[in-house]
Amino acid sequence: MSSIPEDLRYTETHEWVKKEGDAFIVGLTDHAQHEMGEIVMAELPEAGSELTMGDAAGGLEAVKTAEDFYAPMDGEVIEVNGELEGNPALINESPYGEGWLFKMKASDDSQFDGLLSADDYKAHIGE
Amino acid sequence: MDKKTPLYDRHVQLGATIQPFAGYLMPIKYDAIKKEHMAVRNSVGAFDLTHMGEFRVTGKDSVAFLDNLLTNDADVAPGEAYYSTMCYPDGGIVDDLIVYRIAEQEYLMVVNAANLEKDWAWVQSHLQGYEVSVVNESDTTALVAVQGPKAQAVCGKLTGEDLDSIGYYEHTSGTFAGVKALIARTGYTGEDGFEIYMACPDAEKVWDAVMEAGEEFGIVPVGLGARDTLRLEVGYPLYGNDIDHSTTPVEAKLTWVLKLKTDKDFIGREFIEQQKNDKPGRYLVGMKVTGKGFPRQGTPLFSGDRKVGIVTSGSIAPALEEAVCMGYVERGFQKNGSELEAEVRGKRIPVRIVKVPFYTEGSRK
Repeated sequence: MSSIPEDLRYTETHEWVKKEGDAFIVGLTDHAQHEMGEIVMAELPEAGSELTMGDAAGGLEAVKTAEDFYAPMDGEVIEVNGELEGNPALINESPYGEGWLFKMKASDDSQFDGLLSADDYKAHIGE
Repeated sequence: MDKKTPLYDRHVQLGATIQPFAGYLMPIKYDAIKKEHMAVRNSVGAFDLTHMGEFRVTGKDSVAFLDNLLTNDADVAPGEAYYSTMCYPDGGIVDDLIVYRIAEQEYLMVVNAANLEKDWAWVQSHLQGYEVSVVNESDTTALVAVQGPKAQAVCGKLTGEDLDSIGYYEHTSGTFAGVKALIARTGYTGEDGFEIYMACPDAEKVWDAVMEAGEEFGIVPVGLGARDTLRLEVGYPLYGNDIDHSTTPVEAKLTWVLKLKTDKDFIGREFIEQQKNDKPGRYLVGMKVTGKGFPRQGTPLFSGDRKVGIVTSGSIAPALEEAVCMGYVERGFQKNGSELEAEVRGKRIPVRIVKVPFYTEGSRK
């Protein structure tokens, strides 16, 4: 069983989103990191870039597979996790902590309420 | 319905990630691909390869039959083995395989699991005119590979056979872990190691004995994920990725498995010999990724604006800690040191053509 913290919101494309002040932190779920296996490179969006909900925001490379990750909401990237440059395995080791991907300012905070709850996500991945 | 190997329960107990592959439920990884990979490079790992296909060829025309069917020369001594391709008349590759000569008139062909049915039909359709019998023993034969610099130390504890006397691509029939087995110094990892063939009901006994004998060397079970990165790191082609019906041994730089210096005819010889003389339009090459990114199967390769090739396999090379790939490039672009670009997710990533194997420190004898 993968870890699905109750206090986060989720997308069907396996991102988690956490509200922090007036910004949102985005990462990859434990379920998704486990499915991908050892992540060897994270291609992150650039700080300042504008994202549209559902569009690819970057890519992750594992030993055997490559997957894009998607913007959970509309808005602007305000910070990316620079630690992943030298240590992308943080996404595997700490998907909800040190392995976060990027922070964004949303153009419409109410989109957050439309994301999946922990229970919805649990049902989505069939656990 | 996917088949289970006789070691399926062991894989489940070991916590393997199991996926269907070539009609079998196979372990992809037990822990982490990189860890399993490095255990084989540095010490020893055990693989369940029971999904591979085995055809036993016997009869007085065994040599002539195999010489017609396969591109390499069946003229090896009993106790030796050879690697070969099996081709269509158009030079395309039906499969690549290892053939063990068991006795004067007995060989064992070991073919890729994904090609088993196709190979069997192909072999059956070329029996006419030869006094041979070919038996498909795939469902009753298990295969455990023990690979890595400590493989002999592990296997030596489990057999009375003199392993020192078995050279690379040699084999013997004997007792291993108390059961009847074919013990061969072959593999697909670039490391020293053995492939042990036995009857399916004996597989658990062999597996358990190998894991126990290997404990002092930190033996780990290795899944198909690391099997793929291990072979890629030493530049071995994989059927379905780097070679298939649309590629020839000449394009794949496998001319060393073509018995063109003999006067023996084989299926595909005419086309292959002509292509070798004329030079093919493309070659399979190895590439190191000098930029940041991971070209994968299907990634296009460019020289400037011109598309000159396509990637057929790509991954991180765990022992080198860098991304590598293999692929076909147009003749004229295949020289070592040539710089090309791979287009990954709309971005151009520089790659450099290098000599394979990428990894040259292997313990293979």
